[in-house]
Amino acid sequence: MKREEIFEKLNEIFREVFEDDEISVTDTTSAADIEDWDSLTHITLVSSVEEEFDIKFSMKDVIGMKNVGEMVDIIMEDK
Amino acid sequence: MESTSFITLKKNAKQDMTHLKEYKIAIVGDCSTQHLATALKGYGYQEGYNLNVFDSDYNQIESQIMDDQSELYAHTPDAVLIFMSTEKLYEKFCETPLENRASFADLTIQKITQNWSILNSKTKTNILQFNFVENDDRIFGNYANKTPSSFLYQLRKLNVGLMELASQTKNAFLIDLSTIQNCYGREFCHDDKLYYIAKMPLSTAILPEVAKQILDVIKSLSGKFKKCAILDLDNTLWGGVIGDDGLNNIQIGELGLGHSFSEFQMWLKELKNRGIILAVCSKNNEDTAKEPFEKHPEMVLHLEDISMFVANWENKASNILNIQKTLNIGMDSIVFIDDNPFERNSVKAMIPEITVPELPEDPALYLSFLKSLNLFETASYSENDKDRTKQYQAEVGRTTLQSNFENFDDYLKSLEMVATVHPFEEFEFPRIAQLSQRSNQFNLRTVRYTEAEIQQIANDKNYLTLSFSLKDKFGDYGLISNVIMEKQDENTLFITNWLMSCRVLKRGMEEFIINHVIETAKENGFSKVIGEYLPTPKNAMVEKMYAKLGFQDLGNGKFEADINNFVFNKTNIETT
Repeated sequence: MKREEIFEKLNEIFREVFEDDEISVTDTTSAADIEDWDSLTHITLVSSVEEEFDIKFSMKDVIGMKNVGEMVDIIMEDK
Repeated sequence: MESTSFITLKKNAKQDMTHLKEYKIAIVGDCSTQHLATALKGYGYQEGYNLNVFDSDYNQIESQIMDDQSELYAHTPDAVLIFMSTEKLYEKFCETPLENRASFADLTIQKITQNWSILNSKTKTNILQFNFVENDDRIFGNYANKTPSSFLYQLRKLNVGLMELASQTKNAFLIDLSTIQNCYGREFCHDDKLYYIAKMPLSTAILPEVAKQILDVIKSLSGKFKKCAILDLDNTLWGGVIGDDGLNNIQIGELGLGHSFSEFQMWLKELKNRGIILAVCSKNNEDTAKEPFEKHPEMVLHLEDISMFVANWENKASNILNIQKTLNIGMDSIVFIDDNPFERNSVKAMIPEITVPELPEDPALYLSFLKSLNLFETASYSENDKDRTKQYQAEVGRTTLQSNFENFDDYLKSLEMVATVHPFEEFEFPRIAQLSQRSNQFNLRTVRYTEAEIQQIANDKNYLTLSFSLKDKFGDYGLISNVIMEKQDENTLFITNWLMSCRVLKRGMEEFIINHVIETAKENGFSKVIGEYLPTPKNAMVEKMYAKLGFQDLGNGKFEADINNFVFNKTNIETT
């Protein structure tokens, strides 16, 4: 899967999870940029991304990912 | 699989719910419960409840329960949900000295018993507690099953202990998380990393199903549950079409396709034994439709299991309306089971309140699918429930007799009705509580009582109680009405609750009951009785009941009877 396709899908997921149709994520988007992105929503986000891409993040991935770019890297490795 | 996703529930949870029925719930757990709280709130919205959730901080079960001043008690919850996780349980098990492990389950049950009794001593609430999902540590392998000091052994013992405890605690109900995990699998229900990172023992994927099970229990506690299953015949109860294939060629019995239909019938018969009314609604000639029930040696269901049998060529929706009217139960308490999507859709379109499961095409899947819906949740069960079919069959008999009489009064006399009246007696407590949960239509103030509350009222000198049982020549209705009256002052008796089973409506029972209420008030030295009507979406039929029975309308739903000048109502019912 191409990076652009992943971003397209991720945008949909982010908009769903954070209930904000304006969201458009980039490599550098992080929890600091999205108001509702706290540890609880992070769990919801991770579960939704896993389901959508049919992958499983590792424990380290979930805690360690600093921004959307890193998330995309992990998804690309898996796919 | 559950169709609603956690994301949808999360959105639901933010909707305006102020117009919905409020139900207050407090969650305490030894694990993270925030996502569960969100799922619950969102699922409640979907089911028409405004769940007002207090979700306590992590690991506060004991501190919230012990402390009078805790947020839990300040919330005055209708139900407290206790989530003790298997994961935490295992930690405690490992901390237990080896020599004490064989009694680990007993010790844990003692703690839970203590929690429940403290809760009950401090507040009036229902208790919902998850049982424990099974997760063996594989320390002993399969040998754990014969080793009392193994975790698996103690875990299973604990689940049985919980059931025993719940069966003795009237206001406590278990949420069977273990069964959920059995259905969906450990891997789907639990995400290891989420547990380690966030102390979440449940995956977000399983939360909607867990929320559904909790709502199922809450709904049945507030009087919303199924009472009747209306069944199609051809390709639903047996394979094939009786009118075309004939008695010898329909599929039912041990062999081949027939086996799935036999098992399905066996399950329906179990429902009937539990007190679910079975009715038949089939497009067939009546004689043809009844033939398998009468003559096929391998039929599990017989005519005596069916409360009402309707087979004709009318459209099913009008037949269902007829069944509902005759049995006199709410449309929302009926499940219609039919293999034919056309019939299902037309019934759904014409009767939106009825539940119509989308039966899978393959009959082999009927049973698993229906079981997965958990349609028949209940908040009570009494020994008498198994007799319900007979009572409703008698009802259908009465309706037929009635059409032979021109004068309704003559008809009532011909029923030879005899009633029993007395203050609440202990053996009746379960039935009285159950009636208070089931009755929606003839219920003047719709106060729901648990068995424990009924017991309390029966022993309280400030209350007078009356229970009424009725029989006629067709059969015994059993206990069909109860009245709870509270002494307001020396002269005034207030009717806190009066409800009656709709099965005995318009037989002169209302009149009979009020006559007894007045007599009881008189015997106890009161000079007036006040009745009140509190409207709900379902009890409009009794709006003017007190006025009709000789009370004076005071306005605002209040009615008064002056005992010394009361004109007793005419009735054809005798007292034993």
